[in-house]
Amino acid sequence: MLFEEYMVFTFIALGMGFVLMALAAGALIRPKRMDLDKRNTTYECGEEALGQAWYNFNPRFYLLALVFLIFDVEVVVTFPVIVALRQWTELGTGAIAFIEILLFVIILVIGLIFLWVRGDLEWFKHIIDPTPEEEV
Amino acid sequence: MKELFFELSQSWQLEPLEMTGAIALWLVVVSAIVLSFVATFAGVTSWVERRVAGRMMSRIGPNRVGPQGFLQWMADGLKCFLKEDVIPNEVDKPLFRFAPYLVFTGTFAAFAALPFGYGIVAADLNIGIFYVTAITALVVIGILMAGWSSNNKWSLLGGVRSAAQIVSYEIPSGLAILSVVVLAGTLNLQAIIAGQGGFPWDWYIFNNPFTLMAFFIFFASILAEGNRTPFDLPEAESELVAGYLTEYSGMRFVFFFFGEWANLWVMSALITTLFLGGWQIPGVADLAGVVAGVQGAAKTLWILLSVVVFFAKTLVLVFVVIWIRWTLPRLRVDQLMVMCWKYFVPFGFLCMMGSALFVLIAQSPLGETVHLVVRLALTGLGGLVLLLFVRRTILNVRELQDPFYFKVLE
Repeated sequence: MLFEEYMVFTFIALGMGFVLMALAAGALIRPKRMDLDKRNTTYECGEEALGQAWYNFNPRFYLLALVFLIFDVEVVVTFPVIVALRQWTELGTGAIAFIEILLFVIILVIGLIFLWVRGDLEWFKHIIDPTPEEEV
Repeated sequence: MKELFFELSQSWQLEPLEMTGAIALWLVVVSAIVLSFVATFAGVTSWVERRVAGRMMSRIGPNRVGPQGFLQWMADGLKCFLKEDVIPNEVDKPLFRFAPYLVFTGTFAAFAALPFGYGIVAADLNIGIFYVTAITALVVIGILMAGWSSNNKWSLLGGVRSAAQIVSYEIPSGLAILSVVVLAGTLNLQAIIAGQGGFPWDWYIFNNPFTLMAFFIFFASILAEGNRTPFDLPEAESELVAGYLTEYSGMRFVFFFFGEWANLWVMSALITTLFLGGWQIPGVADLAGVVAGVQGAAKTLWILLSVVVFFAKTLVLVFVVIWIRWTLPRLRVDQLMVMCWKYFVPFGFLCMMGSALFVLIAQSPLGETVHLVVRLALTGLGGLVLLLFVRRTILNVRELQDPFYFKVLE
């Protein structure tokens, strides 16, 4: 029987339900005076908000997400092998499994070194100006 | 907890249909008990944190509502409950409303697999630790959703920064978890604790040099994942107002903080489980055997003792996390990322492989002796560091010009 799995689903449902109930119960008694002037404008330190916030932001977040994706998949893939390593050691084939994991990790570390050398791990990226200073 | 239910349900002699109802009732009751524990813990911790902060800053902190201000958290909750729910015109309304659900549920659902004592766990999942790391990732989506949907520059930057930070630190924390999992040979949190012992040299933190390193990597990464200082950049109030929380108010705002304080327990309980021996009582080598051997009140007492041990370790860690928050300054965003990718990730790989190597060494003929020597040496090292810390504290107190003033309660 899937007793544990049902428990997890109950937890998720109860978590969602608790937030919903608290917000719904609060809606019955809390004041609603949204008609007041300037109350429902975007907060920008007392200034009028300039335009939307949905503009292009720095692509380094996107690069970071890509790097994360690679390494997170690596961790997920390693989980089952690492769990089984102890059993294999007891069976006497632990050394082979260890070398296999090591090879996998080395390939990934080469990837990390590649990113490092390429400068993708730097937060501040320096764009080299192609025109020399004298000519400017 | 599952065993308790089946023991009880057998004595009731239920029909199949009644059995289904009983199971449903059991699921709801257990999760409701855990929810009330989480709510109380989050509330009380909010008060404790403010009191501790007050003491560390030589001020008093909240002390008006109830004895020593203990009821402050209830007053705050009630106040926010009655607050107007301001939703600005410019926001993406469905996402803005939905974000708190994800943040709260992501943290609360993790409690399903967390152990509280010997046999005390809501869902004894065989992939426990994997489930916890997976479900807490929901929080990132919630934060990103909150940041983007607010249509506010502070919120957007705070949300994106927070997402980048949390996903980055998930890698080193995953690698640190793996270096413990390789020793335990299982993902079940109860079984990971059962693989350790009551005394410090039986804990996984002192198992080998690599797990000792993994402990610190895990501690720092999980602080970063929980957006705690020194990694609380998303909420860096001097530059981002309140980060992704800027546009939230009232009850929705509360649920973000609810999640944050509940997460304090999740991170402390995880560290206790993985590294600090969990509910193992010092001097009791085989708790499962002891519990199986006794009946009635003695059995309850043993289980209760294991709960006390687990809570004591976890609450000490909760205090340490609060302590760190009011001791260390905030990191810069580029330092944060460099620390993760250039230090923690390579060392995380080293921890994982080193720990795996130790599993191989411990199996060899001489390995057992070598392993014992390493464990004792590392425990001795840990004890030495603790001794130096206590000595330094005593010296500092002595050097004070004014008479030492320390009253916890006032």
